[in-house]
Amino acid sequence: MTEVTHSLLYLSGVEVSFDGFRALNGLSLDIRHGEMRAIIGPNGAGKTTMMDVITGKTRPDDGEVMFDRTVDLTKLDEAAIANLGIGRKFQKPTVFEQHTVEDNLLLALKNNRRVGANLFWKRRTHDSERIDHILGTIRLDAHRARAAGALSHGQKQWLEIGMLIAQDPKLLLVDEPVAGMTDSETETTADLLREIAKDHSVIVVEHDMDFVRRLGVRVTVLHEGSVLAEGSLDQVSANERVIEVYLGR
Amino acid sequence: MRALIESDKRGAIFLGLLAIAAIVVPFCHLVFSPSSFFHISTSSVALWGKYLCFAILALSLDLIWGYAGILSLGHGAFFALGGYAMGMYLMRQIGSRGVYSNPLLPDFMVFLNWKELPWYWWGFDMFPFAGLMVFLAPGLLAFVFGWFAFRSRVTGVYLSIITQMLTYALWLSFFRNDMGFGGNNGLTDFKDILGYSVQAPGTRATLFSLSAITLMACYVIARGVVASKLGKVLVAIRDAESRTRFLGYRVDAYKTFLFTLSACMAGIAGALYVPQVGIINPSEFHPANSIEVVIWVAVGGRGTLVGAALGAILVNYAKTTFTSGILAPYWLFALGLLFVLVTIFLPKGIMGTLADWTNRNNRSDDAPEVAPPGALRTAESEGALK
Repeated sequence: MTEVTHSLLYLSGVEVSFDGFRALNGLSLDIRHGEMRAIIGPNGAGKTTMMDVITGKTRPDDGEVMFDRTVDLTKLDEAAIANLGIGRKFQKPTVFEQHTVEDNLLLALKNNRRVGANLFWKRRTHDSERIDHILGTIRLDAHRARAAGALSHGQKQWLEIGMLIAQDPKLLLVDEPVAGMTDSETETTADLLREIAKDHSVIVVEHDMDFVRRLGVRVTVLHEGSVLAEGSLDQVSANERVIEVYLGR
Repeated sequence: MRALIESDKRGAIFLGLLAIAAIVVPFCHLVFSPSSFFHISTSSVALWGKYLCFAILALSLDLIWGYAGILSLGHGAFFALGGYAMGMYLMRQIGSRGVYSNPLLPDFMVFLNWKELPWYWWGFDMFPFAGLMVFLAPGLLAFVFGWFAFRSRVTGVYLSIITQMLTYALWLSFFRNDMGFGGNNGLTDFKDILGYSVQAPGTRATLFSLSAITLMACYVIARGVVASKLGKVLVAIRDAESRTRFLGYRVDAYKTFLFTLSACMAGIAGALYVPQVGIINPSEFHPANSIEVVIWVAVGGRGTLVGAALGAILVNYAKTTFTSGILAPYWLFALGLLFVLVTIFLPKGIMGTLADWTNRNNRSDDAPEVAPPGALRTAESEGALK
């Protein structure tokens, strides 16, 4: 490696077990600044648990989770981690259904999150411009005044990605962004993610191999809570153990 | 957006009616002689003043239940605490006019053979202090309660049960004589407030007006809160709490803030209520009272603010009418039936249903103005396809 980039997210020997079931078993991962990484793995491999650990929803029993080399994520809660610059998109699209598309983005915009600041908040042109820009990026311009609950499944996924962009995080965690999408929607989503990856670090968890191929990024395969293989999609798919896990023994 | 303007229109009507009531009712009570057609009797003034206090209480509950999804089944506790703070002031004003003519100790303390005033009664002879306690006491309790409950992420039914336990615990403790709040008799026999006789028509009229003005002020504050960006965050918390947390909002801080604000409003309602009914006793803490408040809000329309106030007034008016006739023994059945019927047929309450109607009518009226029919159809079919 010629370029010296330091790691943005560093997981080492992370262990999580629920009632004796080991969801994460010595998981180690290293995400560099500006990198986009795809994480694949069969059901129960620990992908969502890994996201939960990084975002503070689940505390690991053991192991190290460092952000930007200095911040220990295991000591912080969800809100603190989000404010550090880690955004998360859930597997099932969760947007604020009663709010309009525009308000969803407004709530996500990188602004002061304190109670008092929001009580006396006034809209600035800067905010409006940013919202307009994001609406263009996620192709929801025409739907800005609609209630988010009235959007189609694919549109909700994009809105949630838009909310991630609005947060302007250093690291985006995107859980199964194309589940339940049509082919054309999947394509649009891949474009969207590649665009975001230009100036953000992104971790994408996905089942859909075609989609991962379309992203064309480094792939980590998880199995039973630890890393099975890592490399380009072609390398990984040629790996015997990966084939074994995916195709059954 | 239209919904917001619509609700503001209702709010304006609501505020207007209250302003008129605040002027006209005292005027008719004081100026016209009792034989006149325009005279409003003392009992009516007191009764409607009481309804207004309940309306403030309902408004405070709607703020947390309607907009943040916190269903408090113990909001009567904050109302009663505010009431007790006012009651303590009124007790101290009696002075040596009590049955035992003790200049310092209220009658019940003399009766219990207490020699000196307990420390927590100090300062209640001064109105500014008592006035501060009216919202400090319930506010502080709500803050501490909210701090622990919301930080521990207690939500939904579990939170409702804890709030119910809170008011139940207070109910039991205020019954005890050695708590120093008059035991099951509570505080009563008030003589005057700020030097004016509590019974005087002028005082009653003033208290009525104050209740109306306070309700207006609370409405304006509540509307301001829910219309701000903070209000949007609250609705976000109500609908998708963990999502809001992952956006970086401290959900517990937002909930604690709103819960405390709401408790302060409830406390003020209680403080206005006590001089108008002339008594405060532990029955105000009874869990059933708090549940009744929930029914008022549900009937009027959860999450509409105006509806909550309206529901409180309507249900209490019905209660007064019902319980003064031969149907009196059946009031609780009627209340229960009302709740069941509203839940089944008007799940959004009176105000929510009304808003739905007007929205529907407006839409069919001016839909062509908003967008050409063709554009509308495209948007719809697009939505249907996806």
